[in-house]
Order: sequence, then structure tokens, then C-alpha cells
Amino acid sequence: MDLRFTPEENAFRQEVRGFFRDNLDPALRAKLVAGHHFSKQELVDWTRVLNAKGWGVPHWPVEHGGTGWTPVQQYIFLEELQAFPAPAPLAFGVNMVGPVIYTFGSEEQKTHFLPRIANMDDWWCQGFSEPGSGSDLASLKTKAVREGDHYVVNGQKTWTTLAQHADWIFCLVRTDPAAKKQEGISFLLIDMKTPGITVRPIQTIDGGVEVNEVFFDDVRVPVGNLVGQENKGWDYAKFLLGNERTNIARVGVSKERLRRIRELAAIERIGEEPMIRNPRFREKLAAVEVELKALEMTQLRVVAAERTREKGKPDPASSVLKIKGSEIQQMTTELLLDVVGPYALPYAPEPDADAHLSNEPPIGPDWASSVAPTYFNWRKVSIYGGSNEIQRQIIAKAILGL
Amino acid sequence: MDFDLSDEQRLLKESVDRLVADRYDFESRNRFRSEPDGFSREIWAQFAELGLLAVPFAEEHGGIGGGPVETMIVAEAFGRGLVVEPYLSTVILGGGLLRHGGSEAQKAEILPAVAAGETTLAFAQVERGSRYDLFDVATTARQDGEGWILNGEKGVVLHGDSADRLLVTARTGGSRRDRHGIGLFLVDAKAPGISRRGYPTQDGMRAAEISFDNVRVGPDGVLGDPGGALLVVERVADEAIAALCAESLGIMDRMRDLTVEYIKTRKQFGVAIGSFQALQHRAADMVVAIEQARSMTYFATMMAGEDNAAERASAIAAAKVQIGRSGRFVGQQAVQLHGGVGVTMEYSIGHYFKRMTMIDTAFGDADHHLSRLAEGGGLFKAA
Repeated sequence: MDLRFTPEENAFRQEVRGFFRDNLDPALRAKLVAGHHFSKQELVDWTRVLNAKGWGVPHWPVEHGGTGWTPVQQYIFLEELQAFPAPAPLAFGVNMVGPVIYTFGSEEQKTHFLPRIANMDDWWCQGFSEPGSGSDLASLKTKAVREGDHYVVNGQKTWTTLAQHADWIFCLVRTDPAAKKQEGISFLLIDMKTPGITVRPIQTIDGGVEVNEVFFDDVRVPVGNLVGQENKGWDYAKFLLGNERTNIARVGVSKERLRRIRELAAIERIGEEPMIRNPRFREKLAAVEVELKALEMTQLRVVAAERTREKGKPDPASSVLKIKGSEIQQMTTELLLDVVGPYALPYAPEPDADAHLSNEPPIGPDWASSVAPTYFNWRKVSIYGGSNEIQRQIIAKAILGL
Repeated sequence: MDFDLSDEQRLLKESVDRLVADRYDFESRNRFRSEPDGFSREIWAQFAELGLLAVPFAEEHGGIGGGPVETMIVAEAFGRGLVVEPYLSTVILGGGLLRHGGSEAQKAEILPAVAAGETTLAFAQVERGSRYDLFDVATTARQDGEGWILNGEKGVVLHGDSADRLLVTARTGGSRRDRHGIGLFLVDAKAPGISRRGYPTQDGMRAAEISFDNVRVGPDGVLGDPGGALLVVERVADEAIAALCAESLGIMDRMRDLTVEYIKTRKQFGVAIGSFQALQHRAADMVVAIEQARSMTYFATMMAGEDNAAERASAIAAAKVQIGRSGRFVGQQAVQLHGGVGVTMEYSIGHYFKRMTMIDTAFGDADHHLSRLAEGGGLFKAA
């Protein structure tokens, strides 16, 4: 048992950090630190920088552009990316649909889509949730009826993150309404430019628009866009959701947030003293650090166990990561809210990240405006990816056998 | 990055796990507790035979040269069995103080006897009012010719009533809360001037209030620098905390297993109560708390041997915070899910709960360590 990173792993960490330092636009990093959104183009450009380096899809198999890194290296890369902070490549492509395509897709799908995902030539979004199908995802109703060489899709998806930017959507659709609910579902790739698709934004309580409703009205999808076999989509979805959960702890993100909290708490004052010297505040902060350290070790235990785990079978411990990881992320947003104090109040709708910034100076300290919105927005993290209550059900069943 | 045990460690784990499983069921434990010293001399001899009492000591002192991982393995198993023998006081504390602070002659005299199960030790450190501050020492050691004379009162000395030798912190200089001027003394527990009042503890073990009235200690009874023992005491306290984390982990794992077994069997309204979602979610939250505690136990184990005292201290403090919080949560849930039988003496869960609760008060509770950690600048310092 040796929980230290090897000298090679530490050298790798330095290499990754050095690459981010030399290649990420400092202005984009500053946006992330300040909690502001970045534009579509900024993410596309950054993804192409990573991809040119060969790091666009590090966890993919080497024959599809992966790096062949060990699980520990993958973890270090991700942690550095989050903690730097640098924008993460779009998960819907590289973490979700990409692995489904290279595992279950046809040769044509692999050849066409995989390089385009790695280079962000296509922006992907996820069509799983529906208005009536949240935690009970398998109850979904959007249907696809085969007509010759096409499926005709009708229905509605919701919570579709960044669908406003998307070129493609991967969807779960019902192809056999007579079968048991998990057994009549198929996995379809749909071009967002197809006639009959309408995207309607949903504004979240922070004032931002990152999720949408997507309506399908007689949308014709070529049968070649079916992934794997008809009516086997639920298996592919479970595979995808298992992959989603492995990175859900987001340790690096919380580390970066804690660093930010320390930085700002050294500036903000309580009475004559910087907040960071206030015993009550710093103990609250230390308590979150303890939880985060424990989470980091839990994450590393899961990473270390990956060598011996059956492919595609998620470790039930990833439910622990989801619950704790989301709680800690939310705690960091609360601490930031505490730090900012009264200047959390002014509401300044964030200008569209693609638009030109206004010349008006910010109200209050320039770090304050994103704090309350982030706190409000991040309530989502214990809801998405299988709500924390669903995770408790998974623990009760898969770990405890209840 | 490697969480696996070596082959030797796996063998050690198998043998101590088997001993606890075969010899340390709940009824046996009750019997051991009622023996004159409050523990079983026979089991103690078996520990010695298996080499468990020799784990952290060097081979030339009759030991097997194990490190923090080996100690973790033993302590975790002892937690699962709720072992009442004086392992912590003799091997970890007394043995640790000698290992880090003793002269070659002192080590050669005592450690082989400890490893063989012939000598037990206790650490007389806490005083009324010192609370968790290791440097808060009012007991005095006055130089007298070549030797020393001890005066003062020590409290809640774990296994202090049965120990053969005592390790005592006493002030040789400075004032009560100074970090300097603290000495560490090795005395025979039956030396003239020592009086011991033994009593049972809440968690099924024994402790003693010990007073020192002009107790003479020879020049060979002082460990290391008579004014500079605090660093050794702190190091050993950190090792003890790491061992307590592992013991706690064993306790929590057992509490989870007992609880899950109970709610799968206990029926109400015609079904197993474990089928109710309110109970399932409590049990799932126990799992989350235990996994976090397991992670911090590994972290504490890794850092227990760290020579950089500040880094070691903040890591150990963080682990004790996690163990304290997880332990309290898991214990309370376990009792709640057992319902009425959870608060009875005849059922084992309450005894695990009591030991878990008392561990929080050993070498600083969660609040104490949280404020230490916060004062020291936290865990994630600027890289």
C-alpha cells in the first residue's frame, strides 16, 4: 500500500499543468475563475488545442484517438484540468456518445463521428429526460416509428443542456410500445438541422439559459443513425450513465473553488480582520476541506480499482462519489456566498458570452456578481446525473442488498 | 498509487481476522471484561504468540518491524471485535514512546518483554484541566542528584490500573502551558509514592486516576531530553490517532453489517423493515460516511510516518475530524435503526456505539482537531 503518486506520475502532472499554462488563453482562465460562462467558440477552440496535442479524448481506446494513459494518469489529467481551471471538453460528446459509438456503433458511425467528436466539429447534446421521465427514465414516451429507410420521431425531450449550440442530439426513443418499458427503447443519433425539431430555452433560477426543451414533430431520421440494435437502447444508456458517474466527484473543481474562497476571504474583512482569520469562518472552510480530502481518496480508491473491474460495470462506490461530490460542490458555493456578503445582492444578467462586453463598471467588487447565480445554479448538481436520492437507492440495493 | 496489501500484510490480516472471528464473539468479550484486570491474560498471550504485540518494533527488540499499515490492519480487526485488551496503551502508546524517545538500553530492556506479552504499559498524560492539549502539564519532575522526583495527578490513564510500567509526562521547567520543559519518565507502576484508583470505562475497558507523591525516578528512567519530550509525545499521539482511525473503521464496518442484517430480518407490518425507503436512505448515508472515514484512515496511515511534523499534524487532525463526525453519525444511525434493542446492554450494537463515542474523546475530539487544522492554514495550501 503506497498512496503517494510515483515520480513518473508527478512528472506527468507537471507536464499537463505546463501545457495548460502555455496554451490556455489567460483571459479564458480568468473567466472561469470568476465563475462566468465562456462562449461556444472559446470551447471549440480550446478543444482543438487539446486535440492537436493528442489529448482531446484521452480515455478513448488508442485506435480511436485515445492516449493509452493509465487510470491514474487519466485522473491526474482531469484533476489538473479542473483545478487549473481550464474548460472541460464537452462531456456529451467525449464522455457520453463517443464511448457508446465506439463500443456499440457501426463502422460507418465510428469513422464518421468519432474524429468529429474529438475535434469538436460537431456539438452534441443529450436527449434522455422527458417532462414525465426524470428519475424514472425508462418510462420515456418519445416514439420512433420505422417507415422504410427512416424512423419518424415524435415527442419531447427536456433539460437538454446547451441544445441551442448543438449540431447533433443522441436520443432514447421508444421503438416498441408493447414491450416491457426497458425493452422497447432504441438509441438514435439525430441531426439537429432536421426539419421538425424545435428548441425552446428554459431559464434557470440564476438567470442563465443552459437547458432547453427539444420538440420532435415528424422528424425523419435515417435508419443508419440507429446505434447498435433496435430495442437495445436501454443497455447502451446504462453503459453511458455508468461512464457519466465515474467523473462525477469533480474533486479538481472543488479544489479550485476552495482556493478561490481562500483568496477572496483574505480580501473581504470581518471587522478589522480578514475573513480568513475569523475562527468560525475558517473552521467551516476547514470542515469542507476535510470532506474533500476524504472524497479525493475515495475517488483514487475507485480509480485504483479500475484495473481489476469488469469493463463497463460501474463501481457502486461511484454513487458515494456522486452524493459527496455534489454536496461538497454545493458547500463551496455556499461558502463563496458567505464571503461576498451583501454584494451578493445586485442582479446583473450576464451578457451573452458571445456578445461584446459592456463598458459599464460592475456593481460592487468584480468577483461578486457571479456568486449568488452560481449558488442558485449549482443546486442542480445533486439533481442531475441520477439525483442523490436515486444514488441512495443504488447504494441500498447494489451495496447493502436491501 | 497503490491501495493493495503486500503478501505479508495479507497474511497478517488473515491471521488477526481469524483470531477475532474465532475467539472474540460478543459473549467471550463479556467474559474477558469480567476478569480481574478487565481483560483476558489468555487472549493477550495469544496476541503475543501470533506476533501482534511485536508489530511495530524493530527485529533487534523482538519485533517484526511493521509500519503504520501493519498497525492499521491489527487495529481495524480489533475494532470489529471490540477488543478490550491493552493494545493501544501498551503497544501503540507505551511502545511508541519508547521506540521514538527511549535510549537503546531502555528499548532493549522493555520492548522484547512487551512483544512477548510479559509487560504491559500505560501512558499517564491527561490531567484534570489539560483537556486535549498535550503540552498542558502541571505534574512536576524535580531534579534530585542524578535522578528525579515526580509529583502530581494524572487522570483517565487507559489501563493504568493493570499496567506494569507507566510512562509519565512531567514538567521539568517552564510554566504549565509551555511547549518546552516537558520530560517523559518511565516508572514502575508499583513504585513507592504511586497510588492508583482503577475504574471501568463507558466503553468496556478500564482506566485509572494516578497520583504521584514524591516518586523517585533513577537517571535511567528519563526518556531522551528531560525538557524536550513534547515532540515525541506529539508524534506518538499522531500514531495513536491513526490507529484509532483504523479501530473506528472496524467498528463502523461492523455497525453497518449488524444494522443491515437486523433490518433485513426484523419484520413489521408483515415485511422486513429494510424494505422501507426511509430506513434504506439512512443505511445508504451510513455507507457514505463510512467510505469517507475509510479514505481518511488510509490517509492518516500514510501520513503517520511523515517526518514533516506540520504536514503530519494537519493530516492527522483532518482524519480525526472525519472519524469523529462519521463515527458519531454512523453510531447514532445504527442505534436508531435497531430500535429498542439498540439501547440495551444485552445487544452488541450499543457496545459498538459506546466505544465509537468514546474514541472521539481520545487525543482530541472532532472540534478540537478542526480548530487545530483551521489555525494551521487548512489542508489545501497553495501548491
